[in-house]
Amino acid sequence: MSVTAAGLPDRAVSRLATASEARLMWLRFCRHKVAMASLVLTILIYLVALFAEPVAPFDPDKANARLVFHPPQMLHIFDGSVIPRPYVNAVRLTRDPDTLAVTYVPDRSRKVYLGFFVHGDPYKLWTVIPSDIHLFGPVNPRETAFLLGADRLGRDMLSRIAYGARVSLSIGLVGVTCSLLLGVIIGGASGYFGGRLDWVVQRLIEFIISLPTIPIWLALAAALPKHWSPVKTYFMITLIISLIGWTELARVVRGRFLALRSDTFVTAAFLDGCSRPRIIFRHMLPAMTSHIIASVTLAIPLMILAETALSFLGLGLQPPAISWGALLEEAQNIHSIATAPWLLLPGVAVAITVLALNFLGDGLRDAADPHAH
Amino acid sequence: MGRFIARRLLGMIPFIFLVSVTVFVLIKLPPGDFASNYAAALAASGETVDDTMLAELRHRYGLDQSLPVQYVRWISSVAQGDFGFSFKWQQPVSSLIGERMGLTLILSFATLLFTWAIALPIGVYSAVRRYTWGDYIVTMLGFIGLAVPNFLLALTLMYVGVTVFHTDLGGLFSPEYLDAPWSFGRVGDLAAHLWIPMLILGTGGAASLIRIMRANLIDQLHQPYVDTARAKGLSEFTLLFRYPIRIALNPFVSTLGWVLPHLVSGSVIISIVLNLPTAGPLLLQALLSQDQYLAGAFLLLLCLLTLVGTLLSDILLALLDPRIRFQ
Repeated sequence: MSVTAAGLPDRAVSRLATASEARLMWLRFCRHKVAMASLVLTILIYLVALFAEPVAPFDPDKANARLVFHPPQMLHIFDGSVIPRPYVNAVRLTRDPDTLAVTYVPDRSRKVYLGFFVHGDPYKLWTVIPSDIHLFGPVNPRETAFLLGADRLGRDMLSRIAYGARVSLSIGLVGVTCSLLLGVIIGGASGYFGGRLDWVVQRLIEFIISLPTIPIWLALAAALPKHWSPVKTYFMITLIISLIGWTELARVVRGRFLALRSDTFVTAAFLDGCSRPRIIFRHMLPAMTSHIIASVTLAIPLMILAETALSFLGLGLQPPAISWGALLEEAQNIHSIATAPWLLLPGVAVAITVLALNFLGDGLRDAADPHAH
Repeated sequence: MGRFIARRLLGMIPFIFLVSVTVFVLIKLPPGDFASNYAAALAASGETVDDTMLAELRHRYGLDQSLPVQYVRWISSVAQGDFGFSFKWQQPVSSLIGERMGLTLILSFATLLFTWAIALPIGVYSAVRRYTWGDYIVTMLGFIGLAVPNFLLALTLMYVGVTVFHTDLGGLFSPEYLDAPWSFGRVGDLAAHLWIPMLILGTGGAASLIRIMRANLIDQLHQPYVDTARAKGLSEFTLLFRYPIRIALNPFVSTLGWVLPHLVSGSVIISIVLNLPTAGPLLLQALLSQDQYLAGAFLLLLCLLTLVGTLLSDILLALLDPRIRFQ
């Protein structure tokens, strides 16, 4: 096989030469190991959000007064033999004879065995498909195993985090979609038409960027009526977050439009007599999709953080709605964190998700840049 | 330079107007007004609500007039330093916000200085020693700093404080200085408490500034002028500080404009967590109880604070870079 100057086999070169833009971007992305790992992690997290009902070992709203602030139980994989048989030690509730304070003592004599695809609390997948199969859980459905502890009403934290993922992650997606629509339309018009419209849009963006976001979000969220249904509040919160988030996307789109406007292929399309919408949507937008995808990926974590902050302050989603921010609201006072530090675990979920999405977005941005080497 | 500053100051006027209108719309946005909230609170506690008294209340505070009239009345008294009356606290707003805004300002600027003080050397280090262990560790820490929400960091530190050191890390003053008049002792007490919120607030901003500094400096390090200076025999240290860092500093200064809004924004939420006597907790209460003039004063001042920050960063940038002055 002949080898070219670049050290690549002939066939590889010809395949690269005819590869589509998307394929080239994918090849560049694959070289970024951290970004690849983040992609896998992100997909896993979104799968958890999508299949929260079977993934969660218990019903997230099932309260049990006897299991209040139950501590996390250590997972043991092997039970005295080489064949894995996961179990947790059962926990016994005792009362301190002097202070009457409740403490949980691990009970080494009793073991709760865990299994995959076990029967447990009944649920309706996406509120339609009834089932009681859980990805994992105690083999005996009457027993409990709290891998991440329980909250002040004795509800399983792991299940609540899984359900919270659904709300927190989808707010990111819905919010980014709203921001994207606003950003592409406003930024695109500003970059394509230029002139006075561009000036006005630029000043508007500068204005919004110079505002401190959290006070403005708080004021907007405080204006939502308290009696609204959770679904309505959810959409309004998403809208509020994206009202401020669109500026960054608009800047990216505008910059690309300005750069592309004077490009030869756009002039060619214009001389061919293409209509304006056709030039914009058929010729210019596809040339910037990779940039838009990268910016969108970087915008999602900001949305997630915003929702978490708002719900944490009690102005976003309210219980009984479950989101990571609403879960963290329980950890607001120092007393509850001191007794149950595992209430902070939803925050770890937030941090991991945001980190994964940031690395993924960085990788995509590098891959989308045709001048990168 | 004077002309540049004058032009920028003139350009601020429409922004200030827009800010004031935005804030006014925000505080008028919730359904109902203070009077109806007051009535609901009275009704909830079982007292009878007198309609004529409510009308009297609305009339006294000008709530019965049209929105543009209310806006003009509000903004003209604000321009004279009168921020109105807090319904909830039954006090003039200006007496409630004074010290809290001052402490917010101190916290924000202290954090800004702190952010720069750590981001600059670390950014330079990780650019010069690119792809070393130090660089990887700093980059990783930076990413974590960006990903962990401020309030989570605050909660974690409070937890560590209670379980390990058995002290409450919240607040900005020790109990004995809480309501004391200003003195050297109180300033020292403030400084002793300020570093915790400063640390929490600064991590996110420092993380992004480190990345910006690193990227800028890496762009500069391979420019021909650096090779020239090196060929002339300049020591590596002098070279670095005399040329590339000065140029890489440019975009760094322009970030001041957006770092400050972030800091002010973040300070609101961590003040609520750490129970600091700054603008945050009172703003949240005012928003929840629809104490509109109090909320409006805080929102207006916080927005103006960030606008002034943007202005300062522009002026600083123009001082550093003559090209901007003559644009």
